[in-house]
Amino acid sequence: MKFTFFHLMPYRPLDMVERHKHRAGWVVLPNALYDPKKGAEEYASYIDQLVYAEELGFDIIAVNEHHQTAYGMMPAPNLIASALIQRTKRVKIAILGRALPLVNNPINIAEEFAMLDNLSKGRIITGFVRGIGNEYHATGINPYFSHERYQEAHDLIVAAWTRPGPFTFEGEHYNFRYVNLWPRPYQQPHPPVWIPSMGSSETIKWAAAPERKYPFLVTFSGRELVARYLNLYREQARQYGYEAAADQLGWASPIYVADTDERAREEARAGIETLFNDFLVVPWEMLMPPGYTSLASMKNTMKMRKSLGSKTRHSFEELLESGTVLVGSPRTVREQIERQRDATGANNLVAMLQFGVLPDELTRRNMDMFAAEVMPHLR
Amino acid sequence: MAVRESKHRVRDISVRMLRDGRGEPLLFLHGAGGLPSWLPFFEKLAARHELLIPEHPGFGKSDNPPWVRNIGDLAMYYLDFLDELGAAKVHLIGHSLGGWAAAELAVRNTDRLASLTLLAPAGIRVKGIPCGDNFIWGTEEGERNLLHDPSLADAMLARTLTEEEADIELTNRFMAAKFGWEPRWFNPSLERWLHRIKVPTLVIWGEQDQLFPSAYAKVWKERVPNARVEIFSQCGHRPHIEQLDVTARTVLDFIDGGR
Repeated sequence: MKFTFFHLMPYRPLDMVERHKHRAGWVVLPNALYDPKKGAEEYASYIDQLVYAEELGFDIIAVNEHHQTAYGMMPAPNLIASALIQRTKRVKIAILGRALPLVNNPINIAEEFAMLDNLSKGRIITGFVRGIGNEYHATGINPYFSHERYQEAHDLIVAAWTRPGPFTFEGEHYNFRYVNLWPRPYQQPHPPVWIPSMGSSETIKWAAAPERKYPFLVTFSGRELVARYLNLYREQARQYGYEAAADQLGWASPIYVADTDERAREEARAGIETLFNDFLVVPWEMLMPPGYTSLASMKNTMKMRKSLGSKTRHSFEELLESGTVLVGSPRTVREQIERQRDATGANNLVAMLQFGVLPDELTRRNMDMFAAEVMPHLR
Repeated sequence: MAVRESKHRVRDISVRMLRDGRGEPLLFLHGAGGLPSWLPFFEKLAARHELLIPEHPGFGKSDNPPWVRNIGDLAMYYLDFLDELGAAKVHLIGHSLGGWAAAELAVRNTDRLASLTLLAPAGIRVKGIPCGDNFIWGTEEGERNLLHDPSLADAMLARTLTEEEADIELTNRFMAAKFGWEPRWFNPSLERWLHRIKVPTLVIWGEQDQLFPSAYAKVWKERVPNARVEIFSQCGHRPHIEQLDVTARTVLDFIDGGR
């Protein structure tokens, strides 16, 4: 398997009592709650952790984009990627991903990725996402046109990377008389594109298409959902007339390992609970703005939500039970990963080894033990 | 007469339409919540006029043609609608999003308008007085913010929607976002052209409107030549529901020449 060390860079010093006086840790959470002195230390710690992951033998280190939130401090993930390029030698650097519909000029994204690809001499993996629903509140971009803008921005970026310029791009949302990328990407025909997703069938169908074959990552879902979506991708590939390669499939999960199951659970609990219940959770209206998914998908989601009840807190035990988080002794975690790998044929594991308020010291211990006692057995 | 529901076709698309009454035609353009049920307000209007209430393209059970992409498209659609209706003139009334569409129509062409009535219309921005964020409000919060009288909100919240009604509500929410998300509930150009509305115009607002603050009425008064503005107290975003009697009386007096 290939291992990615993924970071969200949450703002851990968040005052959780104050946090819950507001409807979410996103968009409307007053930024007076952000202390730049503490935030600067957070960035320093997190970048050190990402750099350390290369030393530990991870194949890929990864960052991502979120806006106006304590959940992740990377509204501009390419800035972090650029810093990582300077401090690492061989590890691949993945930006999972940039939210394409949120920008009014996707050429900027094409340019920045091309720059990073040149700066790193081809160590960049790009990710294309639409952003969480919250992001449409944060940026004002109309969620009704999210899918359209995503497709169009994707076509424009890939064309900018691969078609000899200058050329003209004529779209519904994006129109440019001159598209002529300087610099062109280092990797040919262009850097890899990964698609992290909560698993909509529309996205799976699109990502698996033969002209793309983009690696697909199911993010933060229970083991059954991960398996269902990855198998959906494989099935879709078969319908397109090819067999999905193991490298096309992966999943992302918070992971914590310690000597014993008991100790691991004890040490991970606060981090996991804060990740899901303080940082990530938002009301339905923010998560699912109208038009963000197709009408049919939204109806399905609402029905599911109705039958499950609209609960806003997830207990640690329940997240453990569903396999949304992998926590335990090296053996426990190894077995769970193996089971999922065997059930899905997926070769990419995106491990989030710092989550919620998990402190630096435990993060390091987690990283060391994962690298020493989990990774080598699954290579 | 009893209210009739029919399919109404203009060019290549078909929309649902409610109609009742006899007399000079009166066209009502509904708000972002969608085609309302037959309200007491409509009874009062239909007692003296032929009242037509189409469901906007894309809303509820009406066709959703891909070319309806912004408020300008909706306004142009209703210009076609009026041409095909064949009536020389109609009285046009619009609420909220429908008021915005009516104003966009009127700045383009008032040839077929006898008068224009706007109930808490969207469409303009007043710097320093942002509109409420209906897209971030939860269901209960939204009802309570749109209605001043909590008991009316209680009644709305006590309803149980059928699956079909829930689907329609979701469809309407999608369309509301399509037209109103960005820029939020306004067209930057509209205000500059409001002087073109030269038909008699009545603007009605609820004093306690938490979606579009009643301070917006002042701008409509300043920009639309000879506009008359009425602000009703004890009233949120739906004057035709919350201040039914005074709203219906004011509208009918205005339309029927009591200006």
